Formats: sequence, structure tokens, C-alpha cells
Amino acid sequence: MSKLSQKHLLGIKDITREDIELIFETADNFKEVINRPIKKVPSLRDVTIANVFFENSTRTRLSFELAQKRLSADVINFSASNSSVKKGETLLDTVNNILAMKVDMIVMRHASPGAPHFLARHINANIVNAGDGTHEHPTQALLDAYSIREKLGSVSGKKVAIIGDILHSRVALSNIFALQKLGAKVMVCGPPTLLPKHISQLGVQVELNVHKALEWCDVANVLRIQLERQHIKYFPSLREYSLYYGINKKLLDSLKKEIILMHPGPINRGVELSSDAADSQHSIILDQVENGVAVRMAVLYLLAGAA
Amino acid sequence: MQKKLILDSDLLDITISRLCQQLIEVHNNFSETVILGLQPRGVFLAEMIHQKLEKLLKKKILLGYLDATFHRDDFRRREIPVKANETRVPFAIEGKRVILIDDVLFTGRTVRAAMDAMIAFGRPKKVELLVLIDRKYNRDLPIAPDYVGKVVNTLTSQKVLVELESKGLNNKIWLVNKE
Repeated sequence: MSKLSQKHLLGIKDITREDIELIFETADNFKEVINRPIKKVPSLRDVTIANVFFENSTRTRLSFELAQKRLSADVINFSASNSSVKKGETLLDTVNNILAMKVDMIVMRHASPGAPHFLARHINANIVNAGDGTHEHPTQALLDAYSIREKLGSVSGKKVAIIGDILHSRVALSNIFALQKLGAKVMVCGPPTLLPKHISQLGVQVELNVHKALEWCDVANVLRIQLERQHIKYFPSLREYSLYYGINKKLLDSLKKEIILMHPGPINRGVELSSDAADSQHSIILDQVENGVAVRMAVLYLLAGAA
Repeated sequence: MQKKLILDSDLLDITISRLCQQLIEVHNNFSETVILGLQPRGVFLAEMIHQKLEKLLKKKILLGYLDATFHRDDFRRREIPVKANETRVPFAIEGKRVILIDDVLFTGRTVRAAMDAMIAFGRPKKVELLVLIDRKYNRDLPIAPDYVGKVVNTLTSQKVLVELESKGLNNKIWLVNKE
């Protein structure tokens, strides 16, 4: 099989293990492509893609745009901050207007969970979810799992701890689904106020002590404290958070083993991750960014190919 | 399903020896020449030829694998996309003479895509095409091979089935009538 089971990539929850493996195998080939002197292939030259971002983003948006350009797709960019959304246009109207200009695929980020699922029910184009509120961020989870596979050979059987603001994180949820589908064991760790109440029902272990979580895991995926989504105080101060949940070189050195450190970015240096940890040899943060382009190329290629 | 044998193991061995001699005649000691096998099925043949050439010339010859999947012109036009394979060209082809190797030459579209893919690794001095089976009268594009194992007259409805193993004991090439 060389076709995804879905027409859209709305979330990791909707796709199968076989889909994820096909994306990884295709990404292997694209990783070779983006390391060539000429980093471009003509596969998507008759495809037009709109990047529709209702929420701020640098990394994801650049990564998607680069992936699209490496595949020779035509790209248009849209951000809500300087558009008619400000004048009161609805989501469906905005997207239908973009599609009327003969666009084949939509990459969308939206603050409301489920927004891409809503679109998928009403429009015909392929949709890639680039993050919907606190729900899912499927391409981030794919590139995280891909980076683990690259570093450790496989994901199956590995222990991954997701540490930090689980409550507000779409990366956490997508990562849990992706890692579990690939056979990894997952633990979440953070202050009780930042852990969703019934998270253990997803089959993950819950740990409140960051040192214990690090002792347990092979890979630590450290998440950012999402202050922009925290409308009430979940912990007394950033200083206190950093004291109890921040990861630094001293903590890493106190472990009896080597672990791999990941972060989806942007890092709040000195809060969840200290500079000496983020820049240490444990960290594969910049590999994640490189792999992000290859994985997104694979997703776009496979979705466009099945059209 | 009717099957007709085109080449058996012995005949294949003779054909490959002849192709190697022809290559040596043109490329002398292969100092400026590299071999690129086309994924997926040209790779076995390229490996067999490469092995034989190294034995005959007693020196290392550069061999790479080229995958043309992302350069195909039928992407989004077929039901299921072709699965990509590994490209491995660990040397520069700039200024080199390149021999592209594939098992069967049919419409010529794969070779066109392969030439497109190859250009990403530099501008070769000269490109040649070697195929084991040339299916005559079936070309969609103006592409002709420089070295041919065997020319076969086929109908579009027929299929050439290549059974190559890396060990090479049971190699057979069939002409199959599709239902």
C-alpha cells in the first residue's frame, strides 16, 4: 500500500499505524532530497496550497511553506490578523472564497478545537491540521515520533515522558496518540493543575515528580508553558515552576543514564528548559526542526497523490 | 495467463557479459564514468553489471541508486501513487559520464523522470542508457537506449516480467499476456 487511509490529516486519532509508517518511509526519501545540492522535486507542480493561519506561528508555518516549495507547489499565505476575518467573515465563507480561486489543499491553524473537522465536512479540498486550539497538532507529533525513530532506531517499546503544560497542549495529545499507535510507553509529568483530570484514561502513566519521570524515560519531550492560554493562575510563579519542573544540566547529569531531550519550540529558556540543557548533546531540538520539513513534505505528497 | 520465456539464467549471463564488454569498449577504465541503477528494478541489474565490471577491470567503480518517483509525470493521475524508494548517489556526477541502467524500456517515461532526478546531482558530461529488455514500438517519448540486452516486439497489453535474484541462479525473464 502506498496510500493513506484518509483524505485529510485532521488528527493522529483518525489515522492508522500503517499510515504513520508510510509517512515515515516517504519522509526518509524526502530527507535525502532536502540534503541534496538542489533541494527541490517537481511532484506538486500542479497543486496550489493555501496556508490559512488564524493563530500565530513561525516554525510550523515556515516549515509547511518550505515543504510546499520543495515540492514545487504554488503557495498562498493567509493570516487572520490582516484579513476580512476582522470584518466579521465566517470561517466557512473565508475558506470557500479561497477555494473559489482554485486551491487544492488547505493547511489550517485555528484557535478552536475541531475547526478543521468542521471544514472537512463542508469542503472538498484536502485539509491538513496545523494545530487546532488545545486539541491536536498532528504534524508535530509525526515529526517528534520520526525524530525518536531516527535517533533510537524505532519507537516501539521506548519510554517517552511528556513534561510540562499538558492541559493546554495540542502537541501532548497528538504525541500520546502517535506514540501509543507506534507501540511506545507514554508518561505525562507536570504540576497537578496542568494535568487534565482524566488523562490516565488514555492509557498513559501520570507522574508529578520530574526527577522520577526522567529516571523512567528514554526520551523526554518538554513542552512550553502556554501563558497565552492560561487565563487563571495555575502555579504561583514562573520561578517556582522552573524550580520544581524546569530541566537543567545538573538534573540531567544526576541521572544514571543518557536520555534524549526534545522540545517542540518555541523554548522559554530558563523556564521549562535551561540553556545548558537545551544546547547540550542530549538535545535533538534542531533535528526535530529539520525532520519537520521532511515529514510535512511526506504528508502533503501522500495526500495530494491520492486525490 | 500465458507466459513465454524470453531469457533464461544462462542466456542472461551471456547477455550481461556482452553488455559489460560493450561498456568497457566505450568507457575504457571507467575513470570518468559512474553507474546509476534506476529504482526499483534496475538496481539488481546495475549491481550485477557493476560486480562483473569490477571483476574484469580489477578496480572500484562508482555505483549509485536513483529513484525517479518524485519526478514522475503521472503523479495525481493514477489511482494509487507509486511508492518511493531510496536514492543513494554518494558522489558528484558533475562532469562525469553517467550510465543509467534499467531492466525494461517501455514508454520511456521513467527514463525521462530519471534524467530529471539525476540533474539534481550535477551536470553530467554525457548520459547513456542501458536496458536489458527494449520493448520496441511502445515508446511515448523520443528516448532510445545505447546498450540493449534484447529487443522484444510486444503488444501494449503484454507485460515483461523480470525475475532477478541477487544470487542470480534462478533468473528468468518472461513475456506475459495480461487477461
